[in-house]
Amino acid sequence: MRIALALGCAALVISAAPASVRVNDSVILDAGYPRALSEYGFFTGQGVASPSAQLIGYNLQTPLFSDYAEKQRFVYVPDAARIRADTDGRLDFPVGSALIKTFGYGTGTAFRPIETRVLLHRASGWEALPYVWKSDGSDAELKLAGTRLPVSVTPPSGQTQTISYAVPNKNQCKECHSRAGAVVPIGPTAANMDVAPAYIPAFRNRIDWTGKTPLGTGPVWNDAASGSLDARARAYLAVNCAHCHNPEGSASNSGLFLDAQAAGDPVATGIYKRPVAAGRGSGGHDFAIAPGDPAQSIMIHRMRSTEPGVAMPEVGRSMVHEEGVALIAQWISSLPAR
Amino acid sequence: MKRKFAATKFAAIVSLWVCAATAPLMAKDILVAAGSGAQERLQEALILAQPGDTVVLAEGKFVLTDGLSLDVAGVTVKGAGPDKSVLSFAGQLAAGEGLLVTSDNVVLRDFAVEDSKGDAIKSKGADNIVYHNLRVEWTWGPKETNGAYGIYPVESENVLIDSVLVIGASDAGIYVGQSRNIIVRDSIARFNVAGIEIENSFNADVFDNVATKNTGGILVFDLPNLPQQGGHNVRVFSNIVAENDTPNFAPKGNIVASVPTGTGVMIMANRDIEIFDNVFEGNGSSNIMVIGYRQAFDDAQYQPTVRHVRISDNAHGKTGFAPQFDGGEMLAAAFGGSVPPIIWDGVGGSGASIVSSDEVPVLNLGLTRSDQPIETAQPQLAKLTGDAAPKLPKIVMPEAMEAAIR
Repeated sequence: MRIALALGCAALVISAAPASVRVNDSVILDAGYPRALSEYGFFTGQGVASPSAQLIGYNLQTPLFSDYAEKQRFVYVPDAARIRADTDGRLDFPVGSALIKTFGYGTGTAFRPIETRVLLHRASGWEALPYVWKSDGSDAELKLAGTRLPVSVTPPSGQTQTISYAVPNKNQCKECHSRAGAVVPIGPTAANMDVAPAYIPAFRNRIDWTGKTPLGTGPVWNDAASGSLDARARAYLAVNCAHCHNPEGSASNSGLFLDAQAAGDPVATGIYKRPVAAGRGSGGHDFAIAPGDPAQSIMIHRMRSTEPGVAMPEVGRSMVHEEGVALIAQWISSLPAR
Repeated sequence: MKRKFAATKFAAIVSLWVCAATAPLMAKDILVAAGSGAQERLQEALILAQPGDTVVLAEGKFVLTDGLSLDVAGVTVKGAGPDKSVLSFAGQLAAGEGLLVTSDNVVLRDFAVEDSKGDAIKSKGADNIVYHNLRVEWTWGPKETNGAYGIYPVESENVLIDSVLVIGASDAGIYVGQSRNIIVRDSIARFNVAGIEIENSFNADVFDNVATKNTGGILVFDLPNLPQQGGHNVRVFSNIVAENDTPNFAPKGNIVASVPTGTGVMIMANRDIEIFDNVFEGNGSSNIMVIGYRQAFDDAQYQPTVRHVRISDNAHGKTGFAPQFDGGEMLAAAFGGSVPPIIWDGVGGSGASIVSSDEVPVLNLGLTRSDQPIETAQPQLAKLTGDAAPKLPKIVMPEAMEAAIR
C-alpha cells in the first residue's frame, strides 16, 4: 500500500504538467473516497472536454433513461491489464479499472456536465461514487450523500421545464448496481456497447475476446431497424428495470424479473403477474402486464408516474420518458391476451 | 404528540468522529441534529458510519427530501424517543421508502418516521435486524395514497419487531415478507388496512400485540410466484384483536384489498399455524378466517390451501354482526343474525387438519377448491375436533438482538 501510495504521489506530480495527463492508478485502487474528481486524472482542463488518452469512450445501444440527460461514458483499464469477455458477452473488468460516466445537458461543445459517477474496481470489489461539477467546470466534488440541483430540460417532444435533478447518494448507486449484495457494472455488456470508431483499436487492444457475441449488436430501443418490437422492448426493460428486477437485485423480493434470463417464465416477466408489495403503485390494476391492454398494466402506470412510491425506477427519474413509455405500451398492445 | 422544533445554533452541526480508513478501533456515536441540510448530513452519517457505531438522532423534526438508506453492517440508529426524533418525509421527492436498510445486524430504535410517500422503513436482505420503540405514522390517518407498509423487513433471517406503533399504512402496518425466524411483539397497529401481516415466511411468533381499528387485525398469508413461498410455522397468541372496522382503503390489485372490513385474524394458504390466548372483540366480519388463495395463478410450486391449524383458548367477544364479504349477509341471516366467530373454507376436509377447541361456533363453508365461487358454498356449522400437528416451538432470537433492546 505504501509503495502504491508513493507511486500515486509521483503520478500526481507528473500530471501537473499539462497535456500529458495520466490516470492515477492508486487513487482508483486505494481505500477511501477521493474528494475531487481531478485526483483521478481522468480529465484535464475545464469540464470533461479533454479526457486522458488512456480512456476509451463508448455509448450504449440502449441506455438507461435519466431525465433526458446526455451521458458521456469512458472505461479505463490499467496498463497491462485486459478485459475478459465471457460467452454471454458480459465483460469482466480487471481490478484497477474504472467506469466514468458524466451526466449533463446539451450536445457537442454545448455539453454542460452536471455530475460524474465513477465505478472503481478495487481489490475489495467495485466502489460507486458520485461527483458534482462546480458551476465554473473547474472540478467536480464528491457528494457521498447525493444532492439535488435545479436543471432546465427540454424533452424532444415538449416544453422546457425546470426539474429537481437528483444526484444519487453512494447507497443509491449500489441499489441499482447491486447483484447479490455486491456492486457491479450494469450497462457495458458486449452486445449493448457501442464503441466509437476512433476508440475501437484501443478497445480491441484491451480486451481478451473469447466470447462469440459481437460488439454492439444489441437492439437500439428507438431504432426499428435494429430489432423487432419485442427485442427492443425487452432491451429497454433490461437496461431500465432489470438492474433491480432480477433474482439477485434490489427488487428480488418482487418476483418480477425483467432480465433476459427470466424470459422463459411469463409470470416472472410480468405477464398476468399480480402485485405483491406495490401499494398504491398498483394504480388499481391487477397485473404488471395485462397483455393487449397497456392502460390496465401496472408497468405503464408506474413508468408514467413521477410520484415517489409509484414511479419506477424508484430513483434517478423525475420526468416521464414519453418515448420509452410509448415503446413499452406498443409492445404490451402487441402481446396476445389469454 | 408532535413538538415544534426550535432551530438552535447547534441545528446545523453534525459531529463526526471519523475513524481512520483502517479497521475501527472503537465504536463511536455520530450525532446528527435536525435543521437545515438534514438530508445530506444524516445520509452522509449513515454512509460513513463504521460497524459498531451508533448514529444518534437528536431531538427534533428532520425535514427530508429523499429516501435515506443504511448499508453498513452492525450500525445502530437511535433517536431520543418516538415522539422526539422525527424523520418527516412529507416533502419527499423520490425513493420507494423513507428509510432503507440493506445491511445485517442493524438496530433501529427510539425515533419516528412520518408521512413517507412509499413504505416507511424497509429492510431487505438485512439479517438480525431489530426494530424497537419506533413510531411510524401517516399523520392524516387512513388514506389510499398513504405508503404501503409501515415496518417492512423482507428476505431476512432473524427479525425482531418490539414495541412499535404503526398508524395509517395503506397495506400493512407491520409487514414481514419472505423471511425466516421472526418475532413481532408488544406492538400496536391501528388504522392500517392490515395491522400485522406475515407473508411467505417461515417460523414466526406474533404475540402481546394490539391490532385495532384496522381493516383486518393480523394476517398470515402466502402468495404465488415469489422467490420464497410455502409459509408455515406461525404462532399468533396473546394478542388483543379488537374493533377492526376501518373500511378497506387498499388500492385495488393488492391482495389486502380483498380483506373484508371487520376481520380479526386471517390465515391464507399457510400450514402449521397456532392461534391461541387471543382476545377478540368487535370484529364485524369474523374473528378468525382460515381460507385458501382464491385467485387464479400459474405456479406449479404453489400450495393454495391451508393445512394444520390449531385454534385454542381464545376469548371471543361480539363478532360477525356486519360481515363485509360476498354472501356475508345471507350467512348472518342463516345463522341467527351474525356470522360465527371462526370461518374455514373447508378445503381439504378432515385431511386439512384444522382444529379448534374454542367454545364458539365454527362455520365450514364446505368448499372443495380454494377458488370456488362463494355462491356455490355449502356452509354449515362444524366441530373441528381432533389432533393437529405437534405444538410449534417458541421462536428465539440470537441473544445479541435481545440484548440490544434491554
